[in-house]
Amino acid sequence: MTTVFGIPVQAFLGQLLVGLINGSFYAMLSLGLAIIFGLLQIINFAHGALYMLGAFVGYLLLAHLGIGYWPALILAPAIVGLFGMIVERLALSRLYRVDPLYGLLFTFGLALVIEGGFRYWFGVSGKAYTAPAALTGAVNLGFMVLPIYRGFIVIASLVVCLATWLLVERTKFGAYLRAATENPTLVQAFGVNVPLLLTLTYGLGCALAALAGIMAAPVYQVSPLMGSNLIIVVFAVVVVGGMGSILGAIVTGYALGVAEGLTKVFYPEASNIVIFVIMAIVLLVRPAGLFGRDA
Amino acid sequence: MADKSVSPGLARDPEADAETSAARIEWLLTALGVAALIAAPFFFYPVFVMSMLCFALFACAFNLLLGYTGLLSFGHAAFFGGAAYFTAHAIKEWGLSPELGLLVGMIGAALLGLLIGFFAIRRQGIYFAMITLALAQMFYFFCLQAPFTHGEDGIQGVPRGNVLGLLDLEKTLNMYYFVLAVFLLGVFAIWRIVHSPFGMILRSIRENEPRAISLGISVARYKLAAFVMSAALAGLAGGLKTIVFQFATLTDVSWQMSGEVILMTLLGGIGTMAGPIVGAGLVIALQNSLATSSFPVTVVTGAIFMVCVLVFRRGIVGEAYALFKR
Repeated sequence: MTTVFGIPVQAFLGQLLVGLINGSFYAMLSLGLAIIFGLLQIINFAHGALYMLGAFVGYLLLAHLGIGYWPALILAPAIVGLFGMIVERLALSRLYRVDPLYGLLFTFGLALVIEGGFRYWFGVSGKAYTAPAALTGAVNLGFMVLPIYRGFIVIASLVVCLATWLLVERTKFGAYLRAATENPTLVQAFGVNVPLLLTLTYGLGCALAALAGIMAAPVYQVSPLMGSNLIIVVFAVVVVGGMGSILGAIVTGYALGVAEGLTKVFYPEASNIVIFVIMAIVLLVRPAGLFGRDA
Repeated sequence: MADKSVSPGLARDPEADAETSAARIEWLLTALGVAALIAAPFFFYPVFVMSMLCFALFACAFNLLLGYTGLLSFGHAAFFGGAAYFTAHAIKEWGLSPELGLLVGMIGAALLGLLIGFFAIRRQGIYFAMITLALAQMFYFFCLQAPFTHGEDGIQGVPRGNVLGLLDLEKTLNMYYFVLAVFLLGVFAIWRIVHSPFGMILRSIRENEPRAISLGISVARYKLAAFVMSAALAGLAGGLKTIVFQFATLTDVSWQMSGEVILMTLLGGIGTMAGPIVGAGLVIALQNSLATSSFPVTVVTGAIFMVCVLVFRRGIVGEAYALFKR
């Protein structure tokens, strides 16, 4: 049997894949956090709850309306994005003039309400959500057996991240967004509707979280608490990457997911904390984060 | 930077320009409060009041950092819950007396604060909050796996023992007055820190950090010192809670606990001496009254959070101060 550093190659590649999948979610979530923070100066603590909301919307669409995975892949982010825009209009927009920490506290409260409410209605046990038939099964790649859905996650999340990057860097909307990140007052003076831009940006970030949630639903079970510990790991990812660049958020997300997966192979006891340890080391060496600009 | 990020510190300090008459009323209210606490066990269930006092001390310690230094720590559960474990272990396994157990908890929390603070003060504002949260979560996982904490079971059946070999804490009233004494001592220590030259420097860092640096203050050292003091006092509260309830569990180190202490401080009034005490009392009373119903506490807690942030940023005591001044 082939081995890598004394570990069977099958187990090694298996954990690498698990790491890549976790990394996909880290990347999509930290991407949304970075976009929201760039423009709104708010750290969205509710991001984990919105991820869970995305998965639940998918589950409820299937359970009550018989709407399957593919339409849900569009509908769940749209619904959660709309929800986010309402929240931004009603509440967050009132917090732009005060210390950014209040935004963190508000979204923390929002996360508690959403997660507490879902736990009340649906209990803590996970609900199964099956992937569509086209994505079930596995292919034998010769050196390992790859479940199709897991491969799909990695590729789909790469596409989503790339698309978001193109949206921000290559479109007119993205140009407005970047300009408003630099200097909102000036952009407003040029006749761009900055408040609308803020609402759309928050909606976009929320939709990304929901998309990650519905994609995660078949892999992990749908449960009210699926996002609550995840958000803390994603915060660590964001600290490591620094929130200056979108590409940085994506790369850091995948890299830390893989690092976590590999730790599971070589030293399982530390797999829970390896991302936090990496964060501490990065803080020592480069406090602004790997891709961050100095604050 | 965008203009929206240029905002005053997290909270104004109403005490700084308090007039003499206001100060007299403050003394009167303090005396009334202490008298009420001395009488409380005869009117309320003592364990309930004791738990309020433990959390009030925790919130006051937290407020030393948020209200007077302007640092929002999202990881204070690590110090509260960590000290709970240390005290429980010292009393149960090493057979130490309660006061030495509390000391062990405090020292442990201070060392933990030194470690977490060392990393966290390298960044500011929102990053500081995220780093403290992440490091506290790391400590949570440590507690989940370390053998001395007994994982999901926690440390159960911690004996209360005798204070200085004299006062038997198994008697509820003795326990109550011991808790009250430690609470008053802790709050007095915080009051002394805040009203010392050291405390003034902390406030200057909160109000304008670049200016404090330009005045030659080594801001990083002061921040770390404040962080360690806050951690140690939070640890005192955690150890005290362990002796009252006779156990230490993972709940006390979880991030929800860090959120709870923020809520207590925010609800009562950030940067006021009495605010965290009022906030802790209200939150504990609320949790107590909801404990019997099936309605989820977190929904209520979260809703209060949102309302406070939107319309009530000064908190109850802060609003009262503002009313009084008008």
